[in-house]
Order: sequence, then structure tokens, then C-alpha cells
Amino acid sequence: MTSSMVLAIRFSALLNALPGNIAQGLIWGIMAIGVYMTFRILDFADLTVDGSLATGGCVCVMLIRAGLSPVLAVLAAFLVGMLCGGITGFLHTGLGIPGILASILTQIGLYSINLNILGQSNQPVAASKYKLLASLAYVNTTNTAVKVIFFAGLALAVFLLILLTYWFFGTEIGHAIRATGSNEQMAKAQGINTNAIKVLTLMISNAFVAMSGALIAQFQGAADVNMARGSIVIGLAAVIIGEVIFGKFCAKRKAAFAFTLGAVVIGAIIYFIVYAIVIWLKLPSEDMKLFSAIIVAIFLAIPHLKEKYGRKGAKANG
Amino acid sequence: MAEQNDTVLELKKVTKVFNQGTINEKTALDGLSLTLHKGDFVTIIGGNGAGKSTMLNAIAGVWDVTSGQIVINGADVTRLPEYKRAVYLGRVFQDPMNGTAATMSIDENLALAARRGKRKKLTWGVTAKERERYRQMLKELDLGLEDRLSTKVGLLSGGQRQAITLLMAAMNDPDLLLLDEHTAALDPKTAAKVLALSEKIIGENGLTAMMVTHNMRDAIAHGNRLIMMNAGRIVYDVSGEEKKNLKVQDLLDKFEEVSGGTFANDRMLLG
Repeated sequence: MTSSMVLAIRFSALLNALPGNIAQGLIWGIMAIGVYMTFRILDFADLTVDGSLATGGCVCVMLIRAGLSPVLAVLAAFLVGMLCGGITGFLHTGLGIPGILASILTQIGLYSINLNILGQSNQPVAASKYKLLASLAYVNTTNTAVKVIFFAGLALAVFLLILLTYWFFGTEIGHAIRATGSNEQMAKAQGINTNAIKVLTLMISNAFVAMSGALIAQFQGAADVNMARGSIVIGLAAVIIGEVIFGKFCAKRKAAFAFTLGAVVIGAIIYFIVYAIVIWLKLPSEDMKLFSAIIVAIFLAIPHLKEKYGRKGAKANG
Repeated sequence: MAEQNDTVLELKKVTKVFNQGTINEKTALDGLSLTLHKGDFVTIIGGNGAGKSTMLNAIAGVWDVTSGQIVINGADVTRLPEYKRAVYLGRVFQDPMNGTAATMSIDENLALAARRGKRKKLTWGVTAKERERYRQMLKELDLGLEDRLSTKVGLLSGGQRQAITLLMAAMNDPDLLLLDEHTAALDPKTAAKVLALSEKIIGENGLTAMMVTHNMRDAIAHGNRLIMMNAGRIVYDVSGEEKKNLKVQDLLDKFEEVSGGTFANDRMLLG
């Protein structure tokens, strides 16, 4: 074989892997929207997600294995996610524990709870046995109809979630959340119960995250207690990639917020495409987390560094 | 109530001690009593640490007072959290950044104020009909903001933000307007504009207002009543004709008498 043939074969291997990564990106995009709600809108660094994403997956898989329909199992994961966020919210607003610490406490506690839900460190859920909503099998199948229905359905679901989120943050309650995140003193002066708003936002955010976890577990065919480890970094990476690439494009639009949410989902897809390339280049995939952490750190630092050293463009990130 | 019906605010022996029981203990309000009637516009002066802002914060419910009672329009609000008292109050702060949400647009900020103290629902946060009303309100401000309804407030100048905060504070005719040195962070020209706007809004809506200021001239020129505070107490309280005829020198003399008096005594002791 000539070297160009080898390259062609290797490149087709990347192309074959891409649909799976795009599907993964779409599913993680739901999680990234949840992270956007707390991190960008409420201005709350919520690490609960590193627990609640797995809780969503664990609850969903165990319910499906118990015979519940996958749709209801995802719904159950959504509700359990709300509970997880509610716990962090209570620890923070009710007991006065600093936000990040409150979320870490929930996250650590959830690890044991997830282990108890599964009964062991992981539990499989096979697409051949259950009518799953998402599965890598739907991507790799030779049945084109299944493939198309899966991707179209997933894209539509994500699109509807973006619309729902866009609508919600345009309502009075949504405005109260944005005001609380922007200026808590002002929010209180305008009669907003900022503590209740924080709890509510954490609940909705973690519901999205847990729902995403439920789909991730179905997609990979198992729930694992470690499936959420480092997920906050993936969520943040998606948010930041989306903002950096599409920020200016979104800002000019009429429904800028809806475009931003779309950009965040695309950010998640890009993240998993990069991941596919890393694997394809046979780079050590264990280093992906370090790579992600560095990327997130750099982009989070940019606004600060601009303000400190930049003369022009300091306002660009407004 | 034994009081007249037009009583808007009653502070009854309100005391606030910060850091109680520690080495940093400080009595910021010391058995303060004050009654305001409908339409009163009170200016408040006093040195640093006299308790001016603390008094406004006590009324707004930023924290619980140590003792005493606060009554607004007949309702005892002493134990009410800050966000629940908001329905009675309009507030403008010293820092222009504090009164508005920077990441929200002008119309969204105004809409938040229009819903102050109302239960938040899943209906639109700002409607097209409201936007038209806000456009009119901004037009009257004459700051060229009427065509910038969807501009993020964070992009506006301090004076513009303070003017919008004033509009917001006056929305829904609050029982009491609290102005906490709201012109102190502005340049003199803008400060004069914002002050004139405050006067106009208070007058047009017949609001009851309290205005803390460092500027004695402003304190004399505005309002129908003037209060001087020192060490968490009201040491001087004039209204009507007597206030109108005040001169800055009178206030300086009075100021010396209350704060300098103790100073003189200290000197005598030490001497």
C-alpha cells in the first residue's frame, strides 16, 4: 500500500466515527444549555452537574431495566435532576454555604447515591433489548431510515429545548433570573426573592443536565458511576467554544439569546468532533480532559486579561 | 392608629448594632424615631458614619434591625425581608451600577420595575404595549434614550443609568422613595440634571421621599424638611418656613455644635 492509500483509509475511519460524535455532541448540548443557565445567566459556578448528570443516567437506566418506557425514564431523570439542583440551592440559600462548596457537597453525596441506584459501578442497557431513544447502534446501523429518524428526532428535540429555554427566559420569571444573575441588589430592590430564584434556576439547570445524562447513558448503552466525572469542563468548553466562534454573529441577531443557545449546542458538537480527531490522530485520549481544562482556562482568562492589559476591545465581551 | 391617616413612615426607637458582642461593635442607629407624612420630601445630612445610609437600609430591610419598629403605611415591616418591602419602596443608590441590571436592556429593566412586588408569572417579561409606554417616558427624560429601548443598560453612562433607575424607582407610585446619595458619584453637571429630574418626578407624582446628600446647598434647596444626623440619632429637624430660610452657615454651625461639641469636651478633658 502506498502511504496515500493508508491516509485515505485512516481518513475514512474518521469520517465513519464522526456521526457518532455529532450525536454525542447534540446530546451533551442539552447539558451545556443547563450549564449556560447557571454559569452565564445566574452567574453561579454549579459543580452539581458532575453528580447530577450521572444520577440522570443511573435513574434512567435502572427504570428502563425495570420495564419503564425510555421516554418516561428520561422524564424521571429530569425530575430527579431538579431534586439534585434543589439540594444545592437549599444548601446555599437555606444554610448559607458558599455556592461552589454547596454544589461540591451535593456532587460528592450524589456519587454514593448513584452507586446505590446502580447497585454496582455500572449497569448495561442494550438497544437490542429495549426501545431506547438514543443509541450508538442507531448511528452505526446500515438501516438508513433508523439513522435518519434518530438524527432528525434528536436535532428536533434539541431545537425544541432551545425554543423552550428562549421562551422561558423571556417570561417574567426568566427576567427575574436574569436580574438576579446580573445584579442581586437591584433584583431585591425590585421585589425579587433572589433565594427562591437561585433554587429554581439550579433545579431547571440540573434537570437539563440529568436529562442529558439519561440520553448519554442510553446512547453508550450503560450507566456508569463515573460517567459524569469532569462533565462540568465539557459543558463549559461547549459554552465557551460556542461563544468564541459565534459570539459576534449571535449578538447582531434579533433573537440573540436563541442563537447563543444554538451556538452552545454547536460548541458541544465541535468539542466531540475535536475529540474524534484526537482519537483519530492516535493521541492519548486520556489527555483529553487536561486539554479541555487548559482550553477552558485560557478562554475564561481572556476577558480578564483583556481588561488588565488590553487597550482596545476591552468592551467587546459585554 | 392614634397617628394621622396620612402617616407614611414611622420609625419607632430603631437601633442597629453591627458586629454585636465583638471588638468591632458599632451602634449605627441609636433609638432613632421619625415620622413622615404623605408628600414629605426630606433631605438628610450628616457626617460620615452618622447613620444616614444605615437609616435608609433599615427601612429597605437590607438586614434586620437590632430593636425598634418600622411601619410603612400602617403595615409593620420590621421583620419583612428586603424583597417583600420592595412593594412599598422605590430606591436609587449612590453607585449608578447598583440600580439597574447591566446585562438587560432598558425596556427589560423598566419592565422589572413595573412588576415590582408582583408575583412573577410565565407571561412575557415585557410586552409591546409596555414598550410604547416606556418610549414615551424616556422621551420626556430627553436623554435620547427613547430609540435605544433594546440597548443593554451596561452600555450607558452613569448619569443615564441613574436617570433610568429614577424612572424605575418612581414606577407604580411607591409609598416611599429612598434616594441614597444618588448624585454623589456623578460629575457636577450630570448631578444637577439628575437632581432636577428627581425633584420633577417627586413633584409630579406627589411622592413621599427621603434624600441623603453630602451637599448642604442641595439639602436646603430641595424638599420641605431637613434632618441632620449624628452618631445614629437625629440631632436637628426643621421644616416649612424655617427650613426655607436656612443658610449653609446655619447648618455648619449646627454641625459644629453637635459633633464639634463633643470634640471640644474631649479637648478639655485631655487638656
